[in-house]
Amino acid sequence: MLDQAEGYTTADGRKIGGVVMEMKNITLRFGGVVAIKDISFDIREGEIRAIIGPNGAGKSSMLNVISGFYVPQEGEVWFHGSRRPPMRPYEVARQGIARTFQNIALFEGMSVLDNVMTGRLTHMKTGVFSQALWKGPAEKEENENREVAEKIIDFLEIQHIRKTPVSRLPYGLKKRVELARALAAQPKLLLLDEPMAGMNVEEKEDMSRFILDVNDEFGTTIALIEHDMGVVMDLSDRVVVMDYGKKIGDGSPDEVRNNQDVIDAYLGVAHD
Amino acid sequence: MAQTQSGAEGMLSLPALLHRNATQFGTAPAYREKEFGIWQGWTWAETEKEIEALALGLINLGVNEGDFIAVIGRNRPHLYWSMVAAQSVGAIPVPLYQDAVAEETAYVLGHCGARFVIAGDQEQVDKVIEVQDQLHQFEHLIYLDPRGLRKYDHSHLHEYSHVQNQGRAARDEFIGELTARREKLTYDSTCVMLYTSGTTGKPKGVVLSNRNVIESAKNSAEFDHLTRNEDILSYLPMAWVGDFIFSVGQAYWCGFAVNCPESADTMITDLREIGPTYFFAPPRVFETQLTSVMIRMEDAGRLKKAMFHSFMEHARKVGPRILDGKPVNAWDRMKYALGNILVYGPLKDTLGFSRVRVGYTAGEAIGPEIFDFYRSLGINLKQLYGQTEATVFITVQPDGEVRADTVGVPAPDVEIRIADNGEIFYRSPGTFVEYYKNAESTASTKDPEGWVATGDAGFIEEGSGHLRIIDRAKDVGKMADGAMFAPKYVENKLKFYPDILEVVLFGNGRDRCVAFINIDLTAVGSWAERNNIAYASYQELAGHPKVLGAIQEHVEAVNRSVAQDEMLSGCQVHRFVVLHKELDADDGEMTRTRKVRRRIVEEKYADIIAALYDGSATVSTKTEVTYEDGRKGHISATLEIRDAAVQPVSPHRVAAE
Repeated sequence: MLDQAEGYTTADGRKIGGVVMEMKNITLRFGGVVAIKDISFDIREGEIRAIIGPNGAGKSSMLNVISGFYVPQEGEVWFHGSRRPPMRPYEVARQGIARTFQNIALFEGMSVLDNVMTGRLTHMKTGVFSQALWKGPAEKEENENREVAEKIIDFLEIQHIRKTPVSRLPYGLKKRVELARALAAQPKLLLLDEPMAGMNVEEKEDMSRFILDVNDEFGTTIALIEHDMGVVMDLSDRVVVMDYGKKIGDGSPDEVRNNQDVIDAYLGVAHD
Repeated sequence: MAQTQSGAEGMLSLPALLHRNATQFGTAPAYREKEFGIWQGWTWAETEKEIEALALGLINLGVNEGDFIAVIGRNRPHLYWSMVAAQSVGAIPVPLYQDAVAEETAYVLGHCGARFVIAGDQEQVDKVIEVQDQLHQFEHLIYLDPRGLRKYDHSHLHEYSHVQNQGRAARDEFIGELTARREKLTYDSTCVMLYTSGTTGKPKGVVLSNRNVIESAKNSAEFDHLTRNEDILSYLPMAWVGDFIFSVGQAYWCGFAVNCPESADTMITDLREIGPTYFFAPPRVFETQLTSVMIRMEDAGRLKKAMFHSFMEHARKVGPRILDGKPVNAWDRMKYALGNILVYGPLKDTLGFSRVRVGYTAGEAIGPEIFDFYRSLGINLKQLYGQTEATVFITVQPDGEVRADTVGVPAPDVEIRIADNGEIFYRSPGTFVEYYKNAESTASTKDPEGWVATGDAGFIEEGSGHLRIIDRAKDVGKMADGAMFAPKYVENKLKFYPDILEVVLFGNGRDRCVAFINIDLTAVGSWAERNNIAYASYQELAGHPKVLGAIQEHVEAVNRSVAQDEMLSGCQVHRFVVLHKELDADDGEMTRTRKVRRRIVEEKYADIIAALYDGSATVSTKTEVTYEDGRKGHISATLEIRDAAVQPVSPHRVAAE
């Protein structure tokens, strides 16, 4: 289907580049439980890549493998053309991968702005002492980082809650703040774990708009896990379908929609 | 009338005033806008350069003299500049309501035949693109915020900053043309065209000349002693005449700074940061702020609550008198001063009103309690009465003569006449030129001597010379028994309760009055939260028996007060219903300035009105609603109709029976 090096052009005319991340024969076990069984797929530069599947299919585990939180027992993760050794999550973050969480993981007592600023941590170079003294390079760096944070706050239209503690925000806005924090890291690859979970139709529409705008405006490559099939099919360029830890489909939304295995998995056919 | 043919001090147009400001006090701030969390500023000299670059860019794009340029978007310095740039090149700016749906926008763009549109962001661009096939004269679209527009076809779409850059690049080529066009502007050239939403029929394009705008700005600025040191916050729709006069007319005449909020949602925070000295708001803004103060006081600790209430009571007693410069004894003054340190000062600071020297409310009647609340804090809040056709000002309240029930004395250079049927007529230098392409309406509104019919009924109060408004002339009617029916009077009394957002009273030609009521979601929602009342939707909350009970108490209280009024005691509310949806401009039920369109509401909800009169206890109804993107849907509901206790109608009638 795809030329390995060349990439492809989407229906709406966006150019998708070469492979950014490649998962090769990944297997992940927790004791006797096999969460992911021999899965391979790639994520290309500039695309919106979705991973879908019924409950317990292993989607979140897959995302945790990409983010480096889980280290698979078998298989290789390739990032930007080189094999990635087992890493701590902060090392992965420094490589330019940022994520949001299924059940929001913000600092509840801190303001929205402070939360977004934490996304800049990987870009801060001055040490604890100069930051405590707050003169010279530390101040300059803080201002630069604040500027990035403010541009993202503007982009996601959350200016009105800039100084509001996160704990006082409704769920839909917290999700947006989480996205803002991930974007503040200016990631090359953005991982979204169920960005629409628990949202109403209007919030879903807003979030979809933001995801498309992020991809369009910053050229960020996005990998997302989502339950809502409608949203996934509208948003993504390519979809990986998982069921019981196995990959059962991979392709454009239309291809996936017509794939018999996928239909069976979603409509519920007895497994052997 | 003191009018000069040569214009006020030789200033014939806004571009001329801009040049004066840029030369005389070029380094003073002209515009500020909060963006990326910081207030960004432009001086008058910088503003002149920005506007010149845009004007040159517009010539470069092919704007001709007499073209119409529509401007749509939220209040931003760049959009204010577009209007002045349009004037500089001899074109006519037409600001539009940014929340108007595509159909309305299409009508207005088609009516004025706009060749160019300057839009704030993607939302507005999409709206224009959606209707562009209906517009024959439309050619180019300029947008300000490039976000989300990268992939659009750019053959007729231009980014604002690019237009300016092209203008700068082509300066040598076009500056002669621009200067020539600017110099051609006279006191009678069109300054701006504003569409009035009107409570009936299609919007009409009100043409205002430089004379209208500059004379009105000058007179009103002198009336309130405005200087170039004022700061205002511009957050009201740019298509509204009030915003044009305050943020453009007076700002250019006086040379004061216009501050634009970061977004509509941050208005309250930005208001506080700017601390305007001159402030303008419709009653709704003051109501909302007061509601939020009261809600927060409910949650405050006991000591704070007690302090707040005791000092506010004192303020209500002496505050307005101190503000009006009337005698107040020393003890009361001292207590007020203490209250100022402990309560009033901090409260004004929270509200963003610490520096307000002059504040105005207009557009609708303001509740006396609300009005007095702000005045008692020492905020010089006044009322004015005006309309688009008058370039705002008809009457204003002078300092020291402020009351909740009048709208003041005629503004400088304005003449007022009350017709036999009670309708108010005025004549002033601000009187509009004409309705664009609508000679018939122009003739029926403005007579050859320049008197304009306001459509409002009112009278001049004996003694004080203040004007009092009764209601819209066409809304005032008679009930079946011949008693006067003036709905606004009763509606306003009801709307002064924080939980009631909107009321529509019916009863013209009937034997008794009935009412539609909209609850205020903020106030009622907060009350529900405090009382552990669960609800899933607006509809459910509006139909909650406890809510209906509370509203019924308000209606009955109002009935008792209406019964006291000899003329209007027949207007008591016999039955009422709390509507399942808010009346909305998108559904055509209100104007964009939030005035109820009675005829439309009456037609649309004919079934509910019938049920109110036939005595049924409930009514099932299905209502069409329009979503923000223009799609339509339906909501169904079964509404409970309540009877309200009424007072026996005025004694002399009882005696006659």
